[in-house]
Amino acid sequence: MTSVEELQELARRCRVHIVNMVYEAQAGHPGGSLSEIDLLAALYKTQLRIRPDEPNWEDRDRFILSKGHASPGMYAILAEMGFITEEDLKSYRVLGGVCQGHVDMKWCPGVDFSAGSLGMGLSFGMGSAIAGRLEHSERQVYVMLGDGEIQEGSVWEAAMAAAHHELGNLNVILDRNRIQNDDFCETQMRMFDIPAKWRSFGWNVKEINGHDMSEILDGLNFLSSSNEGPSILIAHTVKGNGISYMADNPAFHGAAPNDEQYHQAMVELGEVSA
Amino acid sequence: MTKMGATRDGYGEALLQLASNPKVVVLEADLGKSTKSLHFRKAHPERTVSCGIGEQNMLLVGAGLAASGYIPFASTFAIFTERAFEQMRNGVARPNLPVHVCGSHGGTHTGTDGSSAQSIEDLAIYRTLPNVIVMHPSDTISTRELTVQLAASSSPSYMRTARNKTPVLYEGREEEIQIGKGIKLREGTDVAIIACGVMVSQSLKAAESLEADGINATVVDMHTLKPLDADLINELVSSCGALVTAEDHNIIGGLGGAVAEHIVSNTYAPLERVGVKDRFGESGQADEMLEVMQISSPYIAAAAKRAMARKS
Repeated sequence: MTSVEELQELARRCRVHIVNMVYEAQAGHPGGSLSEIDLLAALYKTQLRIRPDEPNWEDRDRFILSKGHASPGMYAILAEMGFITEEDLKSYRVLGGVCQGHVDMKWCPGVDFSAGSLGMGLSFGMGSAIAGRLEHSERQVYVMLGDGEIQEGSVWEAAMAAAHHELGNLNVILDRNRIQNDDFCETQMRMFDIPAKWRSFGWNVKEINGHDMSEILDGLNFLSSSNEGPSILIAHTVKGNGISYMADNPAFHGAAPNDEQYHQAMVELGEVSA
Repeated sequence: MTKMGATRDGYGEALLQLASNPKVVVLEADLGKSTKSLHFRKAHPERTVSCGIGEQNMLLVGAGLAASGYIPFASTFAIFTERAFEQMRNGVARPNLPVHVCGSHGGTHTGTDGSSAQSIEDLAIYRTLPNVIVMHPSDTISTRELTVQLAASSSPSYMRTARNKTPVLYEGREEEIQIGKGIKLREGTDVAIIACGVMVSQSLKAAESLEADGINATVVDMHTLKPLDADLINELVSSCGALVTAEDHNIIGGLGGAVAEHIVSNTYAPLERVGVKDRFGESGQADEMLEVMQISSPYIAAAAKRAMARKS
């Protein structure tokens, strides 16, 4: 059993990877990677039935990063789990690299879905969940959605269909970091009562603090134990969490730190002294 | 009396034929009665997924199933597949997942539903996607055979079928039908007419009328637009020296476009393209629409004469 402290340390190392990747590439999406990373660390370490040495194992649990721009977060946890190497992380956004700008199943071991266009992952996850059910497998499908992403209409086609088909093996984690590309979500498209929306579509809903490891573990337990219909964990997070100047700052949705900011980030993450 | 059938029925028959493969699944978007996937649903409800009126979701549910080893066949009207074009592009074609999309009711031949239902651009847009096989068969038997062959393909596909009946051409000739291989239905050396879908039978009629004028035309059923049968086109250029394409589709980007792209880069022959002249349709009977759009057999015959007159 992995302790809360061990998970926090895993997430800290992932944050270091994320900042390194975006700094080296001088491009990419640190904000949404940092908001999702505590959730990913706990999910990969405590929940997913996966085999890093056999990434295409047919009966593996599926993880679909629908908000595919937050790829540094996924690459970081894949490296920590042993699907790819730390050396591979240097290939982020580099020609020929396994770490493509957006996660791609054709390029990177451990990636189950080629993302990059928002609003597609839940539908793909629904197909994966139906496949699991047809095979009478107990495998679970997890889909990570961004909050801005649910402005895409096709998300709600999938939400309606997944509940209609009573897909208890389909689980969504919503990274509710309140910021999208241009600005705070509320300025772009008010989404009103998000939990009520999902409940009204027939989903099981739970809300947690997406940076509190104990709450995350409770939330993941809720997902794996809710098998009557699809379930969603709405994780309230902070975009850019863990780096003071990125936190809750729309400017770091898709921007890289400069030299000075990079140094500060490494200090804040405990990698170097001030 | 010529035997008639609708290509959509060939699709429905093929799904039933494929049902013995437990990996075959069928996806519907509330048009199973029209696309003819309903027969599969009736026989195998457990392997039929209703996606409601939600085409974008349907294509990606197919992608998820294909990535898990299943062979999904998803159908709706040709026109409604187009609203899920980006899902087809990013979620199906890009990861090269063998999702088989059938767009029924394609072309102006769809008739009285009017222009909103008459897809005249589907073949063009899907042809631009890497990895995707694009087909438009001409009769029930070839539709059935090609659909069955798709189940063994590792690539995604788009196939257009038609609502209304056309002559059955391949009774007893099933073995000639193969994805990517055009079929010569008639041989002549003066001009070659390359057609797809409902225009194949119109082209055969055109060839008969040309014969009365002493002109011998080859007629090819180019049921697969991509990958295009380049060897056959090269052969037709050599043997006939003048080409006509015929399609119930916009003159831009479909079969005529595909043949033109091939010959300008590889060979030369005058080419006349018969198709919808970059305009939308309207409500009318199927045969009336072919007249309104100026793509019925007399127009094909006239195009053949124009192509021959341009031979150097």
